[in-house]
Amino acid sequence: MKAVYIMWLRQLKRYWRSRGRMIGFLGQPILFLIALGFGFGPIYKAAGGGDYIQFIAPGIIAMTALFSGMFSGMEVVWDKQFGFLKETLVAPVSRVSIMVGKTLGGATVASIQGIIVFIVCLIIGFRPVTLIYLPLAFVFLFLIAFLFTALATAVASKLEDMQAFPVIMNFIIMPLFFLSGALFPLNNFPKPIYIVSKFNPLSYGVSGLRMTLTEGIKVGLVFDFLILLILSGLIVAIGSYLFSNVEV
Amino acid sequence: MNKEKIIEVKSLLKKFSSFTAVDNISFEVEKGSIFAFLGPNGAGKTTTIRMLTTLLKPTKGSIKVNGYDPVSEKNNVRNSFGIVFQDPSLDNELTAYENLVFHAVLYHVPKEGRKERIDSMIKFVGLFDRKDDYIKTFSGGMKRRLEIARGLIHHPKILFLDEPTLGLDPQTRNHVWNYIKELNKKEGMTVFFTTHYMEEAEKMADRMAIIDHGKIVKIGTGRELKKETKTDSLEMAFLKLTGHEIRDDESTTKKERMRITGKMWGTR
Repeated sequence: MKAVYIMWLRQLKRYWRSRGRMIGFLGQPILFLIALGFGFGPIYKAAGGGDYIQFIAPGIIAMTALFSGMFSGMEVVWDKQFGFLKETLVAPVSRVSIMVGKTLGGATVASIQGIIVFIVCLIIGFRPVTLIYLPLAFVFLFLIAFLFTALATAVASKLEDMQAFPVIMNFIIMPLFFLSGALFPLNNFPKPIYIVSKFNPLSYGVSGLRMTLTEGIKVGLVFDFLILLILSGLIVAIGSYLFSNVEV
Repeated sequence: MNKEKIIEVKSLLKKFSSFTAVDNISFEVEKGSIFAFLGPNGAGKTTTIRMLTTLLKPTKGSIKVNGYDPVSEKNNVRNSFGIVFQDPSLDNELTAYENLVFHAVLYHVPKEGRKERIDSMIKFVGLFDRKDDYIKTFSGGMKRRLEIARGLIHHPKILFLDEPTLGLDPQTRNHVWNYIKELNKKEGMTVFFTTHYMEEAEKMADRMAIIDHGKIVKIGTGRELKKETKTDSLEMAFLKLTGHEIRDDESTTKKERMRITGKMWGTR
């Protein structure tokens, strides 16, 4: 437990000390929010969809958790290159606690980023329908952050350098984002793409955030929650296994 | 010669695809002794240390470290040693003190007395006035000193040092070795180190192994090595055993790079 805590604390300290850089990462979601929100807003409204900002704000918050989480997870590659991973790996602690500690740290960072974007959303006019479910929305935010930090950490344990990062960006992160319903409703997709999006874990995160922030709670929320929870557990297990086989 | 063995290595082999980094070596290290691994660049010194310290799985052969197997009893092995790596392994974004706390917590050093222990170690390596500075502001020598302090925080039974004094000035080198020798005498800590410096091996090590091309060429005390090669300095003995040819450090890094690329594409 102490090992998990000290690894979590390390991530947070690193985040706080490089907050300038990390806030830079918020540029992308905020750009999406403003450019798409105001750009497509009138069209969306004309098509009878209502207020587009209300629609994409939860999606953009999910995007922030996804991007920041993936990036925090990939920090393991830096640890490897700067030699620090060796120090962690020779320590007499279980690989599960290494995986959980790293993931919790990255997920906390990604959640903070998500909350900052949530506040930006409020500033540009996003209004949650009710505030009662706000704690639940934060639970979903954290789950998304946790899941994708874990995924990136597990993937990064197999990588030697950051060269693979653009590939991951283009072939994992972007498709996850675009096929999640963050920017447009999923049910208008052609059938094959709709089916693919159902296999996208981020879809459940976006759906959960949307229900708790704007749409109101439906039965599906429990399902969304369970999917994210079970997948997170699964990926932590796989990641722990991968860490026990890392050779540095 | 019936002393207890703390490291036992039998027919150890490590292959990276077609390249044999460590070729069927066997040796033993007595508890409480100082043992040196001498060899030119790319001889297999670091690869051996990585296998002893659970970071790399051997292709073949058996290892016992403090009575445990680094493959099947990893955590017992990890609890037994401290290590100073050849390359830097500190977190640049943390302070010196924070780096040591991180280590102490991972090694279950009890909270009570942790601070005192860390302070005394930082003082020992002469970095106390810099303890709250970020590692990124440290020079190479300072990082090295801090890593040595870190490796000792949890009172390990064995200390692995991979070219520990590389980049240290003579004063610090002397200081560090004196302390390590003292710990070795007082607490019976076993020391296993690799080096290029003959005089360091001769002065510090009780026994040493000369390794080249992944094979152990000779094992013995400095005196024995000189006697067997009929030379009067360890440097001459070393050159006689390993040849005068200059090692192409590049070739090993190239191999290493190929291994890495192979790994990235999953081919090994």
